[in-house]
Amino acid sequence: MFSRDRWQEIFETIRKNKLRTFLSGFTVALGILIFIILFGFGNGLKNTFKEFFLDDATNTLYLFAGKTSKPYKGFKANRRIEFKNDDLKDIKEIFPFYLDYITPRISRGASVRYKNEFDNYTTRAIAPDHQFAEKTIMMSGRYINELDIQNKSKHAVIGRLVARDLFKQEDPLGKFIDVGNSVFKVVGVFQDDGGDNEERFIYIPYTTRQSLEKGNDKLDQIIVAFRPELGHTGAVAFERQLRTFFKEKKSIDPTDPSGIFIRNVADQLKQNQQFANVLQLIVTFVGLGTLIAGIIGISNIMVFVVKERTKELGIRKALGATPKSVIQMILQESIFITTISGYVGMGVGILILNNIGESLEDYFIKNPYIDMETALFSTLILILFGGIAGYIPAKRAASIKPIVALRDE
Amino acid sequence: MIQINKLHKSYKMGSSSLHVLKGINLSVEDGELVAIMGSSGSGKSTLLNIIGMLDILDTGTYELDDVLIEDLDETKAAKYRNQFLGFVFQSFNLINYKTALENVSLPLYYQGINRKERQEKALKYLASVGLADWATHLPSELSGGQKQRVAIARALASEPKLLLADEPTGALDTQTSYEVMDIIQKINQQGKTILVVTHEEDIAQMCKRIVRLKDGVIIEDVKVNQVLAEQYV
Repeated sequence: MFSRDRWQEIFETIRKNKLRTFLSGFTVALGILIFIILFGFGNGLKNTFKEFFLDDATNTLYLFAGKTSKPYKGFKANRRIEFKNDDLKDIKEIFPFYLDYITPRISRGASVRYKNEFDNYTTRAIAPDHQFAEKTIMMSGRYINELDIQNKSKHAVIGRLVARDLFKQEDPLGKFIDVGNSVFKVVGVFQDDGGDNEERFIYIPYTTRQSLEKGNDKLDQIIVAFRPELGHTGAVAFERQLRTFFKEKKSIDPTDPSGIFIRNVADQLKQNQQFANVLQLIVTFVGLGTLIAGIIGISNIMVFVVKERTKELGIRKALGATPKSVIQMILQESIFITTISGYVGMGVGILILNNIGESLEDYFIKNPYIDMETALFSTLILILFGGIAGYIPAKRAASIKPIVALRDE
Repeated sequence: MIQINKLHKSYKMGSSSLHVLKGINLSVEDGELVAIMGSSGSGKSTLLNIIGMLDILDTGTYELDDVLIEDLDETKAAKYRNQFLGFVFQSFNLINYKTALENVSLPLYYQGINRKERQEKALKYLASVGLADWATHLPSELSGGQKQRVAIARALASEPKLLLADEPTGALDTQTSYEVMDIIQKINQQGKTILVVTHEEDIAQMCKRIVRLKDGVIIEDVKVNQVLAEQYV
């Protein structure tokens, strides 16, 4: 295999048959290139999908309060239920087994102003753990912390787009903004993968919001995160117990479908995951298809190459080439060409994918990529099948009697 | 050099079989220049292919240089061909993408001789057929006579015991044929055993012995007074 002479012979053959070499090399390179790009696009599609649906933490339950629809224990129907601060405390005390973290959320629209720039934004009054629920990423400064909650401080964390719109080039950290009728100090700027809307929020401590609203202790929403290791079953159990607990505490008819609403992200997640799996299946299918097409292409080229060389092989055999040396020569040459062009195709494909980046985002393809393992493995498969595809006609050619081969024109 | 006894060969043609060689007895001594003659279908090419181990016999025995040639598989045949035999074909059979020099050195490659020695030897044999200046030319740049001389050089390069020429002048005009025969005669004068298949009487007369085949049997086997090709060149 490593005889220098044989390599020289092969290089000579390759050099003197440039068109043939180019054709077979091109087929292989194109095959692997198309595979890499299609597979990468599939992954890009998955990226977009993930960004759309899987941006928030997935181990969370969203608790909303609404109006009851049935009278119960002397209360009339249509009574408005509200969450209070002590509900947070109760959940922490009663469900420590399930609980990962908990945060309230009070959403209010407000006109926000800095110097001469102003716009309407939604403020979310939250607790520090809200950062995990939304997977908020800090760009500069800090998030709302426990001290802000205790002191009811007028600190705000603003989204990237809020900072861009209001502050332009200025560094917003430490500056003061008017939110409604109060003045808040900007302590941090965040970004979020969930899209532009997510970056137009302003986060403030929930206690500050409550004190601004005449010192009440009402909460819009409670976001409860369960421990991920509990899984879907645990989440469903937790949801059921929370519902029972709050119906009891807020005196709601146990059969009343309204009053308390719980949105379980895990349920949604399951559906989304199924969709993602189907997407993955399609990507794999398309990938396999292209790979098979590539293999067929190589097989055709190999059959053609061996056919074209039949007479040459007959001459070589008349001059003393053994069948083994004929097969080895053809195989070594074809594997050499497929390996080189296969990796060239792979490299070009990966390069193209890297350069696409976010430029195809409008077509729902974001950051297309292929992991090195898949790329290398598929290239290897192509080379292997190229070898097998070359072996069969080579073996046949080697076993043809030299007189028959010599007659071939 | 060659001992053939009661050689039979037939080809299957569908359901019927064609009996091509019907009991050939032939013995060739070292240094002979033998013409095998016969019309087409007489079995002369089949006989040469069997002697050249490009084909196998059905019954009978074939000894080459005191080695009994039997149980030929392709690997063994390839080894024998490489060691014992040099071929010259009517259609030259040069590899068209290799230069004259590379074509001549090819049998040496299969003998496992290293590259440098191969090239030296090949050049020597190219020079012996008067084509040293054409070493780097491709077959497509050579005339018919030159191609055949390259093929002869290639057949000689492996230093075979026996040179087999199948209609070596069949594709050449008379003048070029005589030039090629001149080379063949000179090689023979240096002691090489040569078998030439031909159907041209003048070419046959340039050999030392003529074996005539008809319908698969030898009908005549005579020594002749060799006509030297040199005088026509």
